[in-house]
Amino acid sequence: MTETERQHRLDTAELIDESASGAAVTAELPPDDPVHAGSETRSQWLDVWRQFSSHKGAMIALVLFVGILLFVSIGPWLWTVDPTYVDIRARNSGFVAAHPLGTDQLGRDMLARLMAGGRVSIAVGLTAMLIAIFLGSLIGVLSGYFRRLDGPLMRVTELFLALPLLPLLLLMVTLFREPLSKNFGAATGIFILIVSAIGATSWMQSARIVRGDVLGLKEREFILAAKSIGTPPRRMIMRHILPNVLSPIMVAATLGIATAIITESALSFLGLGFPPDFPTWGRLLYDAVDQMVLYPSRVILPGVFISLTVLCVNYIGDGLRDAMDPRIRGR
Amino acid sequence: MLNFTLRRLLLAIPTLLFISLVIFLLLEASPGDPLGDVPLTVPPEVKEKMREALGLGQAWYVRYVLWLKQFFWIEPMHWFDQIFGTDFSAGAQRIISFQSRSPVFDIIAQRIPQTLIVVGMSYVVGVMIAIPIGIVSAYKQYSWFDQIGTFVSMVGFSMPTFFTGVVLIIIFGVKLQWFPSVYDTTLVVNDWGSFMQQVRQMIMPVTVLALYNAAQISRFMRASMLDNLGQDYVRTARAKGLGERKVVLKHVLRNSLIPVVTVIALGLPAVFGGAIITEQVFKVNGLGQLLISAIHGNDIPMVLTLTFIFAILIVMFTLIADILYGVLDPRIRYD
Repeated sequence: MTETERQHRLDTAELIDESASGAAVTAELPPDDPVHAGSETRSQWLDVWRQFSSHKGAMIALVLFVGILLFVSIGPWLWTVDPTYVDIRARNSGFVAAHPLGTDQLGRDMLARLMAGGRVSIAVGLTAMLIAIFLGSLIGVLSGYFRRLDGPLMRVTELFLALPLLPLLLLMVTLFREPLSKNFGAATGIFILIVSAIGATSWMQSARIVRGDVLGLKEREFILAAKSIGTPPRRMIMRHILPNVLSPIMVAATLGIATAIITESALSFLGLGFPPDFPTWGRLLYDAVDQMVLYPSRVILPGVFISLTVLCVNYIGDGLRDAMDPRIRGR
Repeated sequence: MLNFTLRRLLLAIPTLLFISLVIFLLLEASPGDPLGDVPLTVPPEVKEKMREALGLGQAWYVRYVLWLKQFFWIEPMHWFDQIFGTDFSAGAQRIISFQSRSPVFDIIAQRIPQTLIVVGMSYVVGVMIAIPIGIVSAYKQYSWFDQIGTFVSMVGFSMPTFFTGVVLIIIFGVKLQWFPSVYDTTLVVNDWGSFMQQVRQMIMPVTVLALYNAAQISRFMRASMLDNLGQDYVRTARAKGLGERKVVLKHVLRNSLIPVVTVIALGLPAVFGGAIITEQVFKVNGLGQLLISAIHGNDIPMVLTLTFIFAILIVMFTLIADILYGVLDPRIRYD
């Protein structure tokens, strides 16, 4: 240690001592937990919720949607009839006490089948949406953030947009149902197949939205600031980019559930969905079409459930879009 | 503009080739066997001969290139021959369906009129309903008309076509007996009576598809009108004393139609896809029904050709939408 260095250290220590003792005397330091002006704290999510709850349609839809979720999740515990139990003597019964919503042509209880079917339909909708949103935001962020990936990834997105989706879905489901059912069992195999098919064909819109937002974000000052202190790309995306594109992703996710539920029931309706002993709302509708002249309620009930769920989800998405948009918020 | 169109057309070629390859490979990877229904008593050598006859003996790339040649070269030549009475395509093999053993394009030509009449009508009706609703909804924003219009379009958007179709059949076909519930494609329109019958059987499928389309388009129309109503040029037009009618119907409407026209063009191919379900509900034997029966029957050439035609429609209409956008809005320049 050289002499100058030692001197310097001593100086610094002296300075610290001095300022510390001075601070103790003045005692006018700001407190550790400052109290801000204004009595209530405002967070972004609270604001979003406040705006959302002022949207009447969205609130009604939210209540109804939670009701449908409870119906399909808790319902089977309260109404413990097995949805696949065949009671041939009670077939085609009307609305009676033993079967509040009647039975089908094999005497299976419709209420229990609607609950079981709803479980599958909503599970398909949620899982397919998660896959689509994951793919969409991944591709959107990558192509928006890394300029080199932008060209190829957007070409891929355009290619997928040019695919005729419904025919391709029909094709995929027919072609791969047997090998997958063999490997994973009938129900799980079809579930995996349908969920991944729907997810793989519906990520494009969200990818484009996310890419556009990321491109806009990249020009902002806080990104420049984060970059200038040497934030690596991974943390850049996780900490700064993703939280800021969360709102379009959430809106796309909500609307994605609706599309996935409709697509699944359309596949079931065309006879290419789940196997017959595995009810979904679309499948129930399809099974009942043959006898719709005699028993219209069997067609209408699952149809009403599909439409109601999709309507609720669409309304929630609409309210969420309004609530997430800071230009509209507070109006 | 011409430059842009040419560039896009050139770009469409690799896109379409890639899509056709994807569909082809998907069909190739399928475990389904077109000879699956042949009885087990048929000896294996005969089965092998049958396979050869269907053209399944060669490697996949040979068959793919052959199909491309048939689609892009032999079929157009065949149509040319038919129109001008020449015989360029004499002896060349056209794309043959496995199921019916007749050329795929002949079957498609038989099925196209039904699809076009129903789908086309429904789209026209849908647009005719949607645009006035969108205008009034936007002009009287938050009025009771707007509230009801928004709700109805939300419902129309959320109800899947197979459900609305079935409900209409139950109400009007079964209970009221107003309209036939099955579309009769053998009906020949040659006098007033058969024309009325045709109209009656078309009402339900057209209503189902039109409602669904109108729900989407009216939302776009409303949003676009709202965007334009707040613009400065509207205030200018009012300030210089133009009548309200003229301001809304001439200035605002024309500018609002620009994005809506492209949405309409973009939606057309999707309507063909959506018609698959509606055709199934009303038993219209159009293209959608053809596709489903071909998928069930493992009819690879038919599925491949039909799906590829849908892809061509999508690519073409996307291009048309882009060009329309540039033509209608002089502010947008692609070059």
